[in-house]
Amino acid sequence: MKIAGAGTAGTAESGDVLVVVEPSEQGIRIEMTGPSVSGFGTEIEDAVRGTLAALGVDAASVRLSEKGALDCTIRARLIAACGRAAAEENETAPGIPWEVLP
Amino acid sequence: MLYVPGNNPAMLRDAHIYGPDSVMFDLEDAVSPKEKDAARALVFEAVKTIDYQGVERVVRVNSLDGPHGLEDIAAVVTAGVDVIRLPKTDSARDVRDADDAVSAAERRCGRAPGSVGLLAAVESAHGILYVREIAASSERLVGIAIGAEDFVTDMHTTRSADGVELLVARSMLVMAARSAGIMAFDTIFSNVNDEEGFIREVKLAKQLGFDGKSVIHPSQIALVHAVYTPQADEIKRARRVISAAREAERRGSGVVSLDGRMIDRPIVERAQRVLAFARASGADIDGEE
Repeated sequence: MKIAGAGTAGTAESGDVLVVVEPSEQGIRIEMTGPSVSGFGTEIEDAVRGTLAALGVDAASVRLSEKGALDCTIRARLIAACGRAAAEENETAPGIPWEVLP
Repeated sequence: MLYVPGNNPAMLRDAHIYGPDSVMFDLEDAVSPKEKDAARALVFEAVKTIDYQGVERVVRVNSLDGPHGLEDIAAVVTAGVDVIRLPKTDSARDVRDADDAVSAAERRCGRAPGSVGLLAAVESAHGILYVREIAASSERLVGIAIGAEDFVTDMHTTRSADGVELLVARSMLVMAARSAGIMAFDTIFSNVNDEEGFIREVKLAKQLGFDGKSVIHPSQIALVHAVYTPQADEIKRARRVISAAREAERRGSGVVSLDGRMIDRPIVERAQRVLAFARASGADIDGEE
């Protein structure tokens, strides 16, 4: 999956996360903010990298702002944001490889 | 069956804690067109990851006539869903098309064939007129349900307190379910503040033969359970009927009597169903058969 444009998914509501995915020319870059980052930052980053790898994304700038979101919510919002970012170039969003997602 | 919007992470996370028998994550009417992809991903991750403590997980997908239905099925089958609810089912063909899509998804993700059930919601006059064929259309079909809001709109009427506009449709749906040997589910009751009206409707549904009801608020769950859970006197009588039937069998007699009355086979079957419901509700059945 190629990140060709910007894709956003999620909200600022409690229990959710706002994810913005944009193109990057320097591989994977991740910025994280939110109350869980200090305690679970490593786990969140692992979840992000694992999902990006499963989607076949090798270059992307990911910014996420979480409000106590579960890992599954973070992964879900990232999947949606990547799909939307990849759709910028295509007429329709590429299919998500559900079977290989972690 | 507790309805949960598929685009709300907090509700997806907590749905099971209110004690429903099943949760239905909605990707259809509860989600705006622009958020269908995001809701699909949320439900995929929730079904795959969250431990719902044995509560059955149902997902209402979008219609296969539109751009989202097939992808919804691919995602939730892969995630491990128990049952897929089909909206606006008008024909047996609708069910078979969904069955084919689910079979393909099971093969792709390596799930056992037939491991995903289907629940068809009938929401139109046409659908009700063909509900018998719908109910018998697929081995995957675990039940059929009536969607009253769309149905009454299609009928050019509105919902009333006594539900007379739904009487024929409800009865036809239950008969079709019984004929096909599957379950029948009643529609939602949208006024969460009208507890008395809700209980009346649940009692009507039970009397018509519905096996359960969809609810839209956790406060409605206990009320449904209270109506459907057999009372102590019902359980006692059911146990006596079963005992009398066993005694007759032991004596080699084809005639079952209790308190001077003959007990026909249907009464024995009803007694068995009462005890089954009692067991399912966790009621204490002392020294049951």
